[in-house]
Amino acid sequence: MVVAVEYISKEESEDVEDARHGVTGILAVQGAFAEHAAMLDRLGAPWKLLRAAEDFDDSIDRVILPGGESTTQGKLLRSTGLFDPIAAHIAAGKPVFGTCAGMILLASKLDNDPNVYFGALDAVVRRNAYGRQLGSFDGTGSFGDIADFPLVFIRGPYVVSVGPDATVETTVDGHPVGLRQGNIIATAFHPELTADTRIHELFLGL
Amino acid sequence: MAENRAELNRNLAQMLKGGVIMDVTTPDQARVAEDAGACAVMALERIPADIRAAGGVSRMSDPAMIRGIQEAVSIPVMAKVRIGHIAEARILQAIDIDYIDESEVLSPADDVYHIDKRQFDVPFVCGAKNLGEALRRIAEGAAMIRTKGEPGTGDVIQAVRHMRTMNKQIRELVGLRDDEVYEAAKQLAVPYDLAKYVHDNGRLPVVNFAAGGVATPADAALMMELGAEGVFVGSGIFKSGDPAKRAAAIVQATANWRDADLLARLSANLGEAMVGINEDEIQTIMAARGE
Repeated sequence: MVVAVEYISKEESEDVEDARHGVTGILAVQGAFAEHAAMLDRLGAPWKLLRAAEDFDDSIDRVILPGGESTTQGKLLRSTGLFDPIAAHIAAGKPVFGTCAGMILLASKLDNDPNVYFGALDAVVRRNAYGRQLGSFDGTGSFGDIADFPLVFIRGPYVVSVGPDATVETTVDGHPVGLRQGNIIATAFHPELTADTRIHELFLGL
Repeated sequence: MAENRAELNRNLAQMLKGGVIMDVTTPDQARVAEDAGACAVMALERIPADIRAAGGVSRMSDPAMIRGIQEAVSIPVMAKVRIGHIAEARILQAIDIDYIDESEVLSPADDVYHIDKRQFDVPFVCGAKNLGEALRRIAEGAAMIRTKGEPGTGDVIQAVRHMRTMNKQIRELVGLRDDEVYEAAKQLAVPYDLAKYVHDNGRLPVVNFAAGGVATPADAALMMELGAEGVFVGSGIFKSGDPAKRAAAIVQATANWRDADLLARLSANLGEAMVGINEDEIQTIMAARGE
């Protein structure tokens, strides 16, 4: 389901103007960032889009890295100057939630791509692991204690191997597709494309 | 086609939002596009400006050429079929294409019927110059819409006209009383349920990109300002003086279209833009193909 029309131009939640902290910054250089914004509005959580380095202010306590094309996002992270503040946020152990391309940006290594972006998630991730669009699929599974969660994979990655720092929360056909590591949540699937808010709630509770 | 497949196909368009989809004719151009930050490429043998110059019948590209581009890049690869050409579409589905563009840029194969896109598992994007066309294509199964613009001209006026027309018609539909939507659907020549969706939601039920005549970072920013959710750039990149630099600039302009200081920097020293053809100088109006 496409996002509501107001999200084509909406840059922040209504309550964010005076917020000193507790705001979720959503990386908004390319991809399905508006879908995460709509999800946070449903939960009443303040958010703002991160389009340029100056958008990353002291009010930002948590960061979402949305789906999209990781190669595009990786380049724009550099050109916008957003890479350094987000890397510092992750290095400080603050909450971050990456979906699909976001999981790729977080991974310590990719097994079919020489790029490493934030390198914070102790896992080797394979891009486009299910092939091209005809390999995209949906189903249901668990994320840790969260059962019967709708799983939507769009040209998605999966995890090839997991290091000792990360735990596997979701597995599909023997491949890990949902991980946690401290305050990091990473999914190869797209909770923001569904109506199920439970993983976003878990993230907001970190 | 199963409903979940239709939704998965609309979902891929959601992942492309805020990005730039670039026409490429060789694996080398595809790599230039990917390195510049393209979110997808459109593989075709000749870019629209050259199709226009060459004349004659323009068809689906050689599958071997498309495969070469699929192997060269990791981002989604799209390719075009002629309007109504069911067999070309089956061929592209067979080579595992990520998106089919049933495109007015090629010579139409059918002057009455579009492809019944619901019979395919692979997603389709279609061009439209107004709300009626957009909703008819969606009724046929299109998972994504783009403005037609006028391809291969480097003249943005038609893309602007089509985006403004579509959004104005959407606002008009939103403003109607519920009992007036039936007549509006009749006037638009579209199914009632799609007209009702637009009336209730104020937008198309699929992602809507701009296409046809975008040649500069400022053109891309203009289309985003007018409500596009992303941009196709055809001839504008590889018909220009410095394709890599121009491609990267258009990607950044699309991501941050409101930042005028950034646009000023991006627009500087880009080399020669494609020369372009004004809309009143062209003989073939591609946008008129397929209503």
